Amino acid sequence: MAAFAFPPAHQAYLLQARQMQALSFSVHIPLVCFGIALPAIILYVEWCYLRTGDMLYRTLAQRWTRIMVALFAVGVITGTILSFEMGLLWPNFTATFGSVFGLGFAIEGFSFFIEAIFIGIYVYGWGRLSPRMHFASGIPIVVSGITGSFMVIAVNGWMNHPSGFRLVGGKTVDVHPVAALFGNSYFWHELLHMYLAGYMVTGFLLAGAYAVGRLRGRWGRYERTALAIPLTIAALAAIAQGPVGDWAARDVATTQPIKLAAIEGLGTTTKGADEHLLGWYVDGRVKYGIAIPDLLSLLAFHNPNATVQGLNTVPPDRRPPVNVVRVAFQTMVGIGTLLGLIAVIFLFVRWRHKRLPDSVWFYRALVFAGPLSVVALISGWVTTEVGRQPWIVYHVMLTNQAVTGASGIPVSYGALALVYLAVACGVAWVLRRLARVPIDPGQLSPSQAAG
Amino acid sequence: MRLYDVPLVFALIGLGLYTVLAGADFGGGFWALTAGSGPAGERIRDYVHHSVAAVWEANHVWLIFVLTVVWTAYPVAFGSIASTLSVALIIAGFGIIVRGAAYALRSGTSSTAETRVVDTASGLSSVLAPFALGAAIGGIASRRVPVGNAAGNLVTSWLNPVGTLIGALAVATCAYLAAVYLAADAARREEHDLTRRFRARALGAGLAAGAIALGGVVVLHADAHPLYHGLVAGDGAPALILSVLAGICALGLVWAGRFEAAQYTAAVAVGAIIAGWALAQQPVFLPHLTIAQAAAPHDTLVAITVAVLAGAAIVFPSLALLFRLTLAGRLGHTDDAAATPAPVAAVLSASTPGLLVRVAAACLLISLAFLTAADARWAHVIGVSALLVFIVTGFLAATPAELAQTSASRENHAE
Repeated sequence: MAAFAFPPAHQAYLLQARQMQALSFSVHIPLVCFGIALPAIILYVEWCYLRTGDMLYRTLAQRWTRIMVALFAVGVITGTILSFEMGLLWPNFTATFGSVFGLGFAIEGFSFFIEAIFIGIYVYGWGRLSPRMHFASGIPIVVSGITGSFMVIAVNGWMNHPSGFRLVGGKTVDVHPVAALFGNSYFWHELLHMYLAGYMVTGFLLAGAYAVGRLRGRWGRYERTALAIPLTIAALAAIAQGPVGDWAARDVATTQPIKLAAIEGLGTTTKGADEHLLGWYVDGRVKYGIAIPDLLSLLAFHNPNATVQGLNTVPPDRRPPVNVVRVAFQTMVGIGTLLGLIAVIFLFVRWRHKRLPDSVWFYRALVFAGPLSVVALISGWVTTEVGRQPWIVYHVMLTNQAVTGASGIPVSYGALALVYLAVACGVAWVLRRLARVPIDPGQLSPSQAAG
Repeated sequence: MRLYDVPLVFALIGLGLYTVLAGADFGGGFWALTAGSGPAGERIRDYVHHSVAAVWEANHVWLIFVLTVVWTAYPVAFGSIASTLSVALIIAGFGIIVRGAAYALRSGTSSTAETRVVDTASGLSSVLAPFALGAAIGGIASRRVPVGNAAGNLVTSWLNPVGTLIGALAVATCAYLAAVYLAADAARREEHDLTRRFRARALGAGLAAGAIALGGVVVLHADAHPLYHGLVAGDGAPALILSVLAGICALGLVWAGRFEAAQYTAAVAVGAIIAGWALAQQPVFLPHLTIAQAAAPHDTLVAITVAVLAGAAIVFPSLALLFRLTLAGRLGHTDDAAATPAPVAAVLSASTPGLLVRVAAACLLISLAFLTAADARWAHVIGVSALLVFIVTGFLAATPAELAQTSASRENHAE
């Protein structure tokens, strides 16, 4: 067993520590989506206003700005908690490898700076800066959203596919942080996959809110615009996610075969492996599922006769919890397929009939698309993070070697869960409040349709 | 100064900026908490909120900066500190959560009672967070954080005489800085009653902070003798003297109503005491761990130094812009003064939607071919590029803004 910065510590509540990390992450990651996508969507709307002088776009951009600032504030604090937990929960991980991956977070910190500074300028600059200056002040928010997620994903890519160091007597030597983070081929698919997910989650949630309005009879030009813009973006991202997801799965197949075996519930190494839909993994194989012959080999290696490595190639204590990973993966793919279907219907109607869909069922589906996209997002992260288990740094450090020796994890976990529940209620309350602020009809001219 | 000291200097500068900037935001929360009821209290609370709302996020990021620099450049020290001081850090974290959430929630409040609830929660957390962070620093300064995974005592490492002292000093300093800034702000806006009230608060908090600091000398002598010695007789002595002089000077400037100068002098006092702590303690980082021993390998130190310098070159001008706009009142209380741009006919000329649709479809097919069928890296680059072109051309072709207008005629049908 390799040595690390600190000797192994006893921790009776490793599972609770992992759950606390997962909770913090699940709360933060949907907010990241809004940080990635909402500034760009708002800037598009503001650009429409600058081009047309139509006050409707200005009103829309301003109202979405309020949502952005509320969600950014919550994202700031949930992100802070995540950075605290790097040391609170996994001190041996940070103490041993901070010199390798830390640079990514340091650069991310500067992206975060730029984001916070220009959100301050953009939000409070409405009506106080010239329209052009105001629009320009939004651009650094979009750019720093990209660089920030780039850095965080680079660290995650490194944890999944570590390189750029050697471990000698518990110390990292020959450390090349730049090569470790950015010379890593593994993270490009992760970055693109997450980036598209950000647009899907933001777009479907925003559009879903106006779909609720449509079902309740609020369907003026304002609501139609507010639905059409995010829905178009989400639909295009949902379609693009297909090839990117397939690429990600094939990269996993070659770099992390055991993760793939867990995703597919493949107990033993098989030539011409079957793909199973649904079902449950028991005793080394998937039961009650629908088997499609040779499809797994075909998808993973483009060859129906390819051999796919099974879970039996590693000892049981080096395997991730198969059903968690498998169910999460199937949930993500299932929801992604449904969202892709919604996207295709929307784009087909738009292209063929040059209008928004008419069917009430489309809008009913759209109401659920937003929350489902969040479920898919979290399922995707569960797939990659739980699928990496029991490793925190793949094939280098086990999660139980990284964990803190401090007591009281269940207490902090419970307290954090309560505080986050309160914050979630507060956010739901404030978003409802913001949505209920009446729109001044004078702000929706010209060519205002009945609303 | 050696290369292995450089990131620590960056982290200490970050800590100083966090104290004088974000600390003042915490202090504002303290004054909102103690503003009392009635219209006068409400005025103070609104004033505090408006002067802090645009800048608190940027100020808060200094904490993230300090954390990331320390865990990159001194990972073993960071792991030891974070695990032993976990209780103090969790308490600070909860304080930060509540206060940040309060900023988000305040925009939704519609009655004084609701605002009051939010401000009270924000105020309590604004006392809790600086106390816990100060106490954690007290734990490090009094050498109660040994190297190792939670190797120190989880409670007494920070809840001890020095930790309590620095925690209390942090709360008083935050309140003092906030009152000075708010008085300066109110004076600029010629809000004379608010200027008077913040001046009184600044004097009170400044005297309190001074008293705690004076009493602290006794506590340090008894509970953290190496630090006491380093500050009074060692390398930290000049910084301590500078801090005392600047502190007295700042109080005098507040008394004289020269708040702008007082702001900077008070910041010097805070910066000097942080520098004094560092000078008194070096070269020791943690017990039995010098800064040189704690430092990351050479390449990491170079990378983090370059990253921080490059980042600073971008961040400082941006911060200057933000503060210039807020201080000039352009992001504060002024009225809506936007010029309406000249209307342009349409968002996008609808000249080539057919072509765009075809380009988008072609790009999607190309990306499928190069991303799914091929495995080579160059093929993936083409596939990803085609996918991005698909999204952009698809969006341009779909012209959602115009779609919403053309769908107008169908709306009766839809209902």
